[in-house]
Amino acid sequence: MADIVFVSRRHSGQRIDRAVQVLVSLAALGICAFFFWIVSDLFAHGFGELSWSFVTELPRDAGRGGGIASILVSTVAILGVCLSVSLPLGTSAAVLLAELGAREDRFALLVRRCLDVLAGVPSIVFGLFGNAFFCVALGLGFSILSGGLTLACMVLPILIRSTEEGLRAVPNEYRMAAAALGMTRSRTIFRVLLPAAVPALVVGLVLGIGRAVAETAALIFTSGYVARMPTSFLDSGRALSLHIYDLSMNVPGGEAKAYASALVLLALLLVLGSAALGISDRWLQRRMIRI
Amino acid sequence: MTSSPSHLRLPAVPLIQIESLSVRYGSKTALREVSLTIPHGSITAVIGPSGCGKSSLLGALNRLSDLVPGCTVSGTVRFGELDVHAADTNVQDLRRRVGMIFQKPNPFPLSIRKNIELPLRERARFSRAQLDERVERVLRDVGLWEELGDRLDDSALKLSGGQQQRLCIARALALEPEVLLMDEPCSALDPISSATVEDLIVRLSETCTIVVVTHNLAQARRISDELAFFWVRDDAGVLIESGSTHRVFRMPHAELTAAYLQGARG
Amino acid sequence: MFRFDRDRLLVWWLRIASGVCAGIVLLIALFVVRESLPALREVGLGRFVTDASWHPTSDAGSGLYDLTPMLAGTLLATFGAVVLAAPLGIASAVFCQFYAPTWAAQGFRRVVSLLAGIPSVVYGFWGLVVLVPIVRMLAPPGPSLIAGILILTIMIVPTVALIADSSLGSVPESYLLGASALGMSRTHTVLGVALPAASSGLWTSILLGTGRAIGETMAILMVCGNVVALPDSIFDPVRTLTANIALEMAYAMGNHRSALFVTGLVLLGMIALLVAGAGRLTEERRRG
Repeated sequence: MADIVFVSRRHSGQRIDRAVQVLVSLAALGICAFFFWIVSDLFAHGFGELSWSFVTELPRDAGRGGGIASILVSTVAILGVCLSVSLPLGTSAAVLLAELGAREDRFALLVRRCLDVLAGVPSIVFGLFGNAFFCVALGLGFSILSGGLTLACMVLPILIRSTEEGLRAVPNEYRMAAAALGMTRSRTIFRVLLPAAVPALVVGLVLGIGRAVAETAALIFTSGYVARMPTSFLDSGRALSLHIYDLSMNVPGGEAKAYASALVLLALLLVLGSAALGISDRWLQRRMIRI
Repeated sequence: MTSSPSHLRLPAVPLIQIESLSVRYGSKTALREVSLTIPHGSITAVIGPSGCGKSSLLGALNRLSDLVPGCTVSGTVRFGELDVHAADTNVQDLRRRVGMIFQKPNPFPLSIRKNIELPLRERARFSRAQLDERVERVLRDVGLWEELGDRLDDSALKLSGGQQQRLCIARALALEPEVLLMDEPCSALDPISSATVEDLIVRLSETCTIVVVTHNLAQARRISDELAFFWVRDDAGVLIESGSTHRVFRMPHAELTAAYLQGARG
Repeated sequence: MFRFDRDRLLVWWLRIASGVCAGIVLLIALFVVRESLPALREVGLGRFVTDASWHPTSDAGSGLYDLTPMLAGTLLATFGAVVLAAPLGIASAVFCQFYAPTWAAQGFRRVVSLLAGIPSVVYGFWGLVVLVPIVRMLAPPGPSLIAGILILTIMIVPTVALIADSSLGSVPESYLLGASALGMSRTHTVLGVALPAASSGLWTSILLGTGRAIGETMAILMVCGNVVALPDSIFDPVRTLTANIALEMAYAMGNHRSALFVTGLVLLGMIALLVAGAGRLTEERRRG
C-alpha cells in the first residue's frame, strides 16, 4: 500500500504528510516499545530462576521455593481433558457446517449463530457457568475434569472456525471425483476431505491450546487452587496461569518464582504460536502451488 | 483407421436407453426432451457447441446431477433393466458401474496407490495381495505401469497432466465399470498426452461401453462408432441427430449437422 | 438394501455433535439465569443500584447489594482504555498500511500478534510489579484506576490494530489510485478517502476492543486495588464487575452467590449488545 506513489503538489501538503508520518510512526513505535519493555522485564527477572529443577521439582513454601512440576502436570491434564472433548465435537460441527451446510440450512445457521455468541462470552462468565454446571450440577466439584470441560467450551469456537475454513478450502474437484467413483459421503469425508484439511485443523488446535493455556478466570473456580500433584482427574489441580496469579497476589515474596513461571508460560505460547504460523504458512504455500 | 473397432460387433444391444430426458437448473433448461440409445460395447461420441448440455447429459446418466443444487431431471434413463432415476436405485452402485472421467484430471491428494485403492476398499474386503494385483492390472491397462510401477507411493499430484488423467481412468477401471462416461478427457492435455489417452479409449472399448463428449470432430471421427449431435435451440440443448458415425459423416440427415461437420478441420 | 446406511449414521452423529456445540451457549444462558433468580427475586433488580453499599454478608437486613461502584469501575476503566487504545490502534494500522515500508509493516504485525497472545495474567503480573510501583511514585497508593486503564489499553490495542489493519487493507485500490491521480497528498487520501471507506470496519474494531475490555478480569484484578468505592480521582483504587466476581465467588453462598451471577448476567448483556452492534456493522459493510 505504501508503495503507491503519493503526489503532493503543495509544499505545505508535504509538511503535513511528514508530520502525520511521524505521528503514526510514533504510535507504532510506542506499541513496540511496550512489547519489548514487558518481554525484557520478564526475561531479566525470570531467566535467573529458570533451571531444570524448576521444571521438575514440586513447589515448596507456598511456591516461594521449589519448582512447578505439579503445576505443569495439572496444566497438561486440564489441557488433555479439554482437547479430548473439544476435538471430536468441534471437528464434527465443522464438518456439518462445511459439508452439509447447504442442505441443513436452518440448522447450520442456528449452530453458526450460537457459536458466534459463544466466542464472545467473557472468560469470567465461563467460570461462573463452569462452576454452576460442572462443579455443582454435575457434582464434579473443583477438579481437573471441571476445569478441562469448561475450557473445552471456550476453545470450541476457535477449533470449529479453523477446521471449517480448512474444509471449505479443499477443492470441489475431489468431492466430484469421489462421488463419481461411487464413494459414500462418510468415506469421502474421512479419507479425502479431512486429511486434506489437516493443516487447518492443526492451526485451530494450536490456537485453541494457546487460548486454553492462557486462561485463568475460567479456572479459578472450576479446577481449584491446590498446588499438589494431582492423582486423578477428579482431583483439584492448579494450572500454570493460576499459579502466576497466586504467587503474585497472595504470596508475599513470590515474585521471583512468578517471573519464572510467566517465562515458562510465554515460552510455551511462543512455541505453539510459531508452530501455528509455520504450519499455516507451509499449508498456504502448498495450496498456491497446487492452484 | 476405420471408425469402427475391429472387435466383434454384437448386434446393437441397447445398454442405456434415454427417453425424453430433460435437465433443468432452476428455471434454465439445459437439455430438452433428449431420446437416445447407447448400444452395448460401442464408443458413442457426443458432439456440439459449448452450452448445449453435453455435460448435463453425462451427469444425468450417473446421477451426478443429484449433487447440483436446484437441478431437476425428468424423463427416463434405463441402464439395462435399471431405472436410473428411480428413488430406490442404489446410487453408489450405479456410479461404480457407470464411471466418469472429468475434463480436468482430479486425482486425490494421496499417493498413486491410495488413489486406486480407496474406492475399491468400499466394495469389499480385499487382501493386500488382491489390491496389489488390481492396482498393477489397471495401471498396465492405462499404460502407466512401466513409468510408475516402482513409485506407487509418490503423491499423485506430482504427475504430469496426461499421467494424472490416465491415473483417473485407472482409478475408475479398478471398479470394473460397464460404462465409462468421459467429459472432454483430452481437452486439458497437450497433443502427445491427448493421443495417448485417445489410444487408450479405443483399447478400453473392448471391455467397456464408452460415451465421450468431445469438441474435437476429428477425434470423434477417428474413434467413435456412434455419434450424437447436439445444438442449442430456444435456449436449451436438444439432440439434432444421432446414428453411426460413418453414416452421419457421410450422409447427415439434418442441414444443421452437415453445416456443423463441414466446419471440421481435421 | 442396508438399513444402517453409514452415511445416514454419520449425518445423525454430525447433527448431534453440532447440536451439543450450539447448545452450550444456551446452557450457559440457562445456568447463569437460573443461578441469578434467587437474588433477582429476593433482592430485586432495583436494589443493585439503590442499596447503600456492597455488603452481601452483612446482617443489616438481607445484605447490601449496591453494584454502582463496580459498575462505575468497569465503565470508567473501559472508557479510559478505549479512548486511549482506539486512536493508538487505528494510527498504527494507518502506519502499517500507508506509511511503512513492507518490512516494517510485517515486523510490526508480528509484534502486535505476539502482544495479542500474551495471557492476561502475565499482563496483570507485569502491571503489578512494574506499572503499579511507578504510579505509586506519582501518587500513592499505586493500585489504581489509571493503572487499570493503562494495562487495559495495552491489552486491547492489538485487537483494535489488527482489525483496523485488515479493514484499511480492504479499501479498494481504485479509490486510492483515483485520489493519487487527483494530486491528493497521502495524508489527505488517508483522512479523506481511506478512513471513511473503512469506517464500519474501524468501528467494529473499536466495538470488539471494548468488548474485550469489559470482559477482562485477571489483569484488572491485579492492578486496580479492588476497593469497593467510587473513585474520586484516577489514582484511586477501583473494583470492576469482573473483579468482583472473581474475588468473591470462592466463598459466596446463597443470595451473595446469586448476586454474583446477576453481575455475570449484566456482563453478558453488555457484551451481547456490543457483539450485535459489531455484527450489524459487518452486515452493512458486506452489503454496501
